[in-house]
Amino acid sequence: MKSITVHNIIKTFPGKPPVQALQGVNLDIEKGELFGLIGPDGAGKSTLFRLIASLQLPDSGSITMEGLDVLKDYMKVRKLIGYMPGKFSLYQDLSVEENIRFFATLFNTTLEENYHLVKDIYIQLEPFKKRRAGKLSGGMKQKLALCCALIHKPEVLLLDEPTTGVDPVSRKEFWEMLHRLKALGITVLVSTPYMDEAMQCDRVALMQHGTLLQVDTPDNIIASYDKPIYAVTGNNSPEVLHALREWEGSYSCFAFGEALHLTLQSEQYSVESVRKFLDEKNINGVEMEAITPGIEDCFMAYL
Amino acid sequence: MKPVITVRDLTRQFGTFTAVDHISFEVHPGEIFGFLGANGAGKTTAMKMLIGILRPSSGEASVAGFDVYREAEHIKQHIGYMSQRFSLYEDLTVMENIRFYAGIYGLPITSIRKEAKALLDRLELTHEANTLVKALPLGWKQKLAFSLAIIHKPAIVFLDEPTGGVDPITRRRFWEMITETARTGMTVFVTTHYMDEAEYCDRVSIMVDGRIEALDHPKKLREQFGAQSMDEVFRILARGAVRSE
Repeated sequence: MKSITVHNIIKTFPGKPPVQALQGVNLDIEKGELFGLIGPDGAGKSTLFRLIASLQLPDSGSITMEGLDVLKDYMKVRKLIGYMPGKFSLYQDLSVEENIRFFATLFNTTLEENYHLVKDIYIQLEPFKKRRAGKLSGGMKQKLALCCALIHKPEVLLLDEPTTGVDPVSRKEFWEMLHRLKALGITVLVSTPYMDEAMQCDRVALMQHGTLLQVDTPDNIIASYDKPIYAVTGNNSPEVLHALREWEGSYSCFAFGEALHLTLQSEQYSVESVRKFLDEKNINGVEMEAITPGIEDCFMAYL
Repeated sequence: MKPVITVRDLTRQFGTFTAVDHISFEVHPGEIFGFLGANGAGKTTAMKMLIGILRPSSGEASVAGFDVYREAEHIKQHIGYMSQRFSLYEDLTVMENIRFYAGIYGLPITSIRKEAKALLDRLELTHEANTLVKALPLGWKQKLAFSLAIIHKPAIVFLDEPTGGVDPITRRRFWEMITETARTGMTVFVTTHYMDEAEYCDRVSIMVDGRIEALDHPKKLREQFGAQSMDEVFRILARGAVRSE
């Protein structure tokens, strides 16, 4: 069964020139799925979240949530969702505990009633429960926001960039938490600018400029990369990067940590042809190895 | 060559809490120095002291030849600074932003016009001089923001998470620009949460609980910790953290 369906959504913001934030987006998210929206700032992720959360109206198109139309049945829809906006939106002057109790009360429930849902997170927050939310550090604010989004036992969690600006270790912990929530049957729609987080999702949508570039499982997205790709190591100086990028057989060449990733135009080019080119340029000490692309390579092929 | 940054036992306390705990290091001219650490490790506090906007509790530091206690105002004039959140004025045009930054950094009025023209040429933005910055594609904005942060040719530029939320190609092009700039002899002091970017630094320091727990070339750090990637090095170190923000 579908948890969320997005049909031909168009959303434009006025201005000079007007901004087409969403240019005809179609998307189905299954019940219980951990679904990732992957894309940089300005891709349209947050706008899509606000439309799904019934907080903004589309120019055209329709969205359903658990079978309900988000426009007509917005009051029911809002009870079903837990929404964590990209910008910290809790009460800065209330304490951690007061925030949680406030959101629980709004939904006619209590911290005690749904404690099992938030227990993992709440335990980490408990030492700070008397502290004002505004005085928490970034990582703790995120945990509190997730806690408040969960307290009414939502069917669907909408998490808009929960890990942005968060260090790699805390990000990993956050994803472990999402997997536990998924195991409880909650549908999770999460957005992120970090490409490596795509691998944590059941399915992802790669998003840029208000359109979905590709929607599939991470494995299928990687399998659909149809060009030979190599990791170039040993000598990855800017000179090698620029030479390889300008070479006729190269489709793209970019730095990836300690290596360069070189994608060839087609199978017609080979390691030997790269070597020949590098010899002609008097570039030595380069090692090449065929690799499986990552989600980031796949995303970059669209840009 | 004389270091651009010299830090000895630099410490900052907030009440009983020691945010930065006796850190010491040097940064050399033309070096790309990566300043990493988990949230709450003390990076921001340390950086605030180095750019002259927060007074240390104890220890010594000099930046671009100026003392952080006595010459903080000089530091501000002799460094560049760019962050992800605050860089350009979106509601000003490209030219207005150039004039603004050139003025702020004290370039003589007579040379601003010349500098602006040269900058627009170099960035291929001449035709966009009167375009509002908010209408520019992200990649151009980033290049402009970086160029303006160094328009007064400082000895060192501080970049605070300059690539957060940026698409993967723009992010890489930005690093290519950083590398080129460092080759001209300018020092680059940069923070990031992207561990692949740590590999592009000449040296990387990793802060844990207010202290610098590791400092070396990325390759050496990987060897030292028997790790495949900087991500792994980071995790090994951060796992030892007592302080959870």
